[in-house]
Amino acid sequence: MPKGKARNKFQQARWEEPIIHELSNKGVRGLIPPRVEAEIQATTGKVLDNLKTMRREEAPELPEVSQKTVLSHWLRLSQETMGSNIGNDISEGTCTMKYNPRINEEFASNPLFTDLHPMQDEDTVQGMLEIYYKFQNFMKEVSGLDHCSLQPGGGNHAVYTAASMIRQYWSDRGALDTRDEIITTIFSHPSDAATPATAGFKIITIYPDENGIPDIEAIRAAASERTAAIFMTNPEDIGIYNPRVDEVVKIIHDVGGLCFYDQANANAFLGVARAREAGFDMCHFNVHKTFGTPHGCSGPGTGAFCCLDRMYPYMPVPVVDFDNEKYFLNYDIPKTIGHVRDYAGVSGVVLKAYAWVMSMGHDYMRQAADVSVINNNYLEKQILQIKGITSAFQDNGITRQEQVRYSFEKLKEDTDVGTDDVNARIVDFGLPSYWTSHHPWVIPEPMTLEPCETYSLDDLNEYVDVLRKVVDEAYSDPELLKTAPHASSSHRRNKPEELDDPDKWALTWRAYQRKHLSN
Amino acid sequence: MSKKFVHPYIPNGAPELMEQMLKELNISSSEDIFKEIPKHLRFQGRMNIPEPKLSEYELKRHVEGILKKNQTTSDNLSFLGGGTWDHYVPAVCDTIGQRDEFLSAYVGDAYSDHGKYQALFESSSMIGDLLKMEAVSTPTYDWANAIGIAARMASRINGRKEVLVAGSMSPSRFSVINNYLKPEISLIKIAFDKTTGLMDLDDLKRKLSDKTSSVYFENPTYFGPVEHQGEKIAEMAHAVGAEVIAGVDPSSLGVMKAPSDYGVDICVGDLQPLGIHMQYGGGLSGYIASRDEEKYVAEYPTLLFGVTSTLQEGEYGFGHVFYERTSYASREKGKDFIGTTTSLFGIIAGVYLALMGPEGMRELGEGIMQRVAYAVEQIDAIPNVKVLYKDNFFKEFVIDFNETGKTVETIHKALKTMGIFGGIDLSCSRQFPEMGEAAIYAITEKMTKEDIDRLVTALRKVC
Repeated sequence: MPKGKARNKFQQARWEEPIIHELSNKGVRGLIPPRVEAEIQATTGKVLDNLKTMRREEAPELPEVSQKTVLSHWLRLSQETMGSNIGNDISEGTCTMKYNPRINEEFASNPLFTDLHPMQDEDTVQGMLEIYYKFQNFMKEVSGLDHCSLQPGGGNHAVYTAASMIRQYWSDRGALDTRDEIITTIFSHPSDAATPATAGFKIITIYPDENGIPDIEAIRAAASERTAAIFMTNPEDIGIYNPRVDEVVKIIHDVGGLCFYDQANANAFLGVARAREAGFDMCHFNVHKTFGTPHGCSGPGTGAFCCLDRMYPYMPVPVVDFDNEKYFLNYDIPKTIGHVRDYAGVSGVVLKAYAWVMSMGHDYMRQAADVSVINNNYLEKQILQIKGITSAFQDNGITRQEQVRYSFEKLKEDTDVGTDDVNARIVDFGLPSYWTSHHPWVIPEPMTLEPCETYSLDDLNEYVDVLRKVVDEAYSDPELLKTAPHASSSHRRNKPEELDDPDKWALTWRAYQRKHLSN
Repeated sequence: MSKKFVHPYIPNGAPELMEQMLKELNISSSEDIFKEIPKHLRFQGRMNIPEPKLSEYELKRHVEGILKKNQTTSDNLSFLGGGTWDHYVPAVCDTIGQRDEFLSAYVGDAYSDHGKYQALFESSSMIGDLLKMEAVSTPTYDWANAIGIAARMASRINGRKEVLVAGSMSPSRFSVINNYLKPEISLIKIAFDKTTGLMDLDDLKRKLSDKTSSVYFENPTYFGPVEHQGEKIAEMAHAVGAEVIAGVDPSSLGVMKAPSDYGVDICVGDLQPLGIHMQYGGGLSGYIASRDEEKYVAEYPTLLFGVTSTLQEGEYGFGHVFYERTSYASREKGKDFIGTTTSLFGIIAGVYLALMGPEGMRELGEGIMQRVAYAVEQIDAIPNVKVLYKDNFFKEFVIDFNETGKTVETIHKALKTMGIFGGIDLSCSRQFPEMGEAAIYAITEKMTKEDIDRLVTALRKVC
């Protein structure tokens, strides 16, 4: 196959794999737990009697399968999954699906890391704490802000941490009743609206102006003495950098509000632009995106939360600190919101990300940013030459940064084939499903692509070639797309409405048996 | 930097490829793209980050050099538990957890990630088997997060704003939910009985009212005793129209009653004991489960994966259940919020449960209880040392050192010199200082008689 071309004969593994319960045979074993010595058994008697009313009378209805069956089954399921280390995952825009280095997985499998209990004496985990402390410092460098917590378990969790701290900040000033509004923008991540709402705030959503940039006059009109804070992404999901972001910050600061910068997708701005220069009080990074750690089918992740001194008194505890002799867990934060997660954080992600930064240094992190935006502009130029594909605010004359939100609106008009059909069909060429857009779909029939620095020119060309082929098919044989995928591990769902029907949905095998197999 | 290498992670950093792309774009560098960022918003300096370890071996030396400063539970004898436990991790769990397909997939639909959906569906199914519950969510950040979510679900279901929680619950989990329930929902602790360590039912009775949205208790409790009043607690809570939430250690469920059998409406806990390494507390992964009723399912904020059919007859397909609930679909109008949580750990927990099967889970539970019973008997026989709340433990118990005249800190320091990590020190201000010099000790299936005897000998020497 020539490089940089679509894989026309791709076929994903299709094992027709039963549900694990269907592989069960009574009496078969997969693992024997460590035996108890006879001497202990002899002295302890019938311990299960101690459970009194809590004793389980019947064994749980778990499957009974051999070790080989377990291994084969999950290896097959893994083959029916397109991880970004396997495929050309330019697809998942806003997610920064970069290469996740294998060496970092070795570190995370090292018993010197895996076999650490979070409540061990600090003296015994100096290596781990050193990694936390130094990675906190890296995050301060990348953001330009003064403090960092690595406790949040993901990006949205870090945004929620910001919302909680803002609530504490206003509560501390006796002003929570009056500072009850959060402003956000429609192209900011849904968590910028959802997490402050969870924390008790009212949400005001700003729509873009004619160029796709948040309407600054609408922000000015929304800002008031009720504004607790603004939560905004930049660039937003559509890849357009807001050049007036500092003016937005000033508007909010002028009414006494706080400013949170959602830097979930910071990859293209490493060493290029920071929260500090834009004037923000707080920001966060998705460590599992920008800093090279794997996404794990949706976690474990980490949200690195950063803030200025003024927000420090409210930070979650503990943060990792250093007294010039030893690293320690600092719980001494006077008005802390408490914990947002148990213990210091998702240490495996922190360890891998530390290793990633150490493999890059300033220069190569900066190069990651450079190559990401060049890759993106190259890809955009090729894709926009394909009939039926446009991009959001296409002709506004603004050069896109790290990602682009495309639209199949024209294709849909021409062929009745929409983005969901295209998305199902690209899988037949070995590309992972792409990210359409967060809801609501302000841009019709969307597709969001992010070709970060670890993709080669061949990968970019392959992606373009697949899209070109699929669009051609849409014009020549729309049914092929409407019934896609054809070469995937499974076929198109034929009754999607059942997933919203309480009488039909099945979240577990038990529920499936009751609802679908009992008759 | 002395010499510019093409970084192995950045293929288009190769000069020829870069030149080709720049030429295609008719630009001279990334600056022609970054021009959209006004100069005053640009960072003009250099990030203070060390020079890169470009050779993989150099990086390995560096990182492993730092890790060598750690002392581990495998090189020492550890009795730490309380939310992260040192259980045995089967080899197959590691193999599957390290597969690049699972490791590096993300939010792709079932059309590209069928296996991911099936794996998480099966994990939910097996957790459901343990709990005897039919609705099980994809994983949350951790157990504490799951409690907070469950309490907010309950509050939306019955419109009430008061949550009663067991006073013995883990202080750090309490801290998480204390923040998560603000500003509308208040949190009230129920005292625990000083002789049994279990919930004080008189105090529960006093505090239950028509304002009570839910009652939360842990089983086994943070201190270790099994909460055998579970059914009574559920009855009392239900009598005032409250929902019952229990935090249950899944490793106990081969021998302990399924929570749905004693009246629990929403069950939560952590999957870490099920094949996930401790990782300095990084191995947490919460679960939430309930009955499969619309009133509960409609309130989950998390992603729910369901099995369905496809165009191919007889084939399983998968998809999102009731997606409109989520903040991904409905922003601030969604239920709480959802994001990247701990799915890979959820998959590993499924592998673990399939390996163990019903018999393995029973043997695991019984074996732990036997070891604990032996340890309790031996430790209780040490002069001036006693075990609190006797004869009712799963894998943890509290040792009371008050009569030794020594602090837990002193005792544990001495143990450490003998290669033993003592349990969680309850005298610490963030734990239960009112209990004085006491500590929670955890014992898992990894412990041998020799290990336990070693602790007993050491305690005899130190106390």
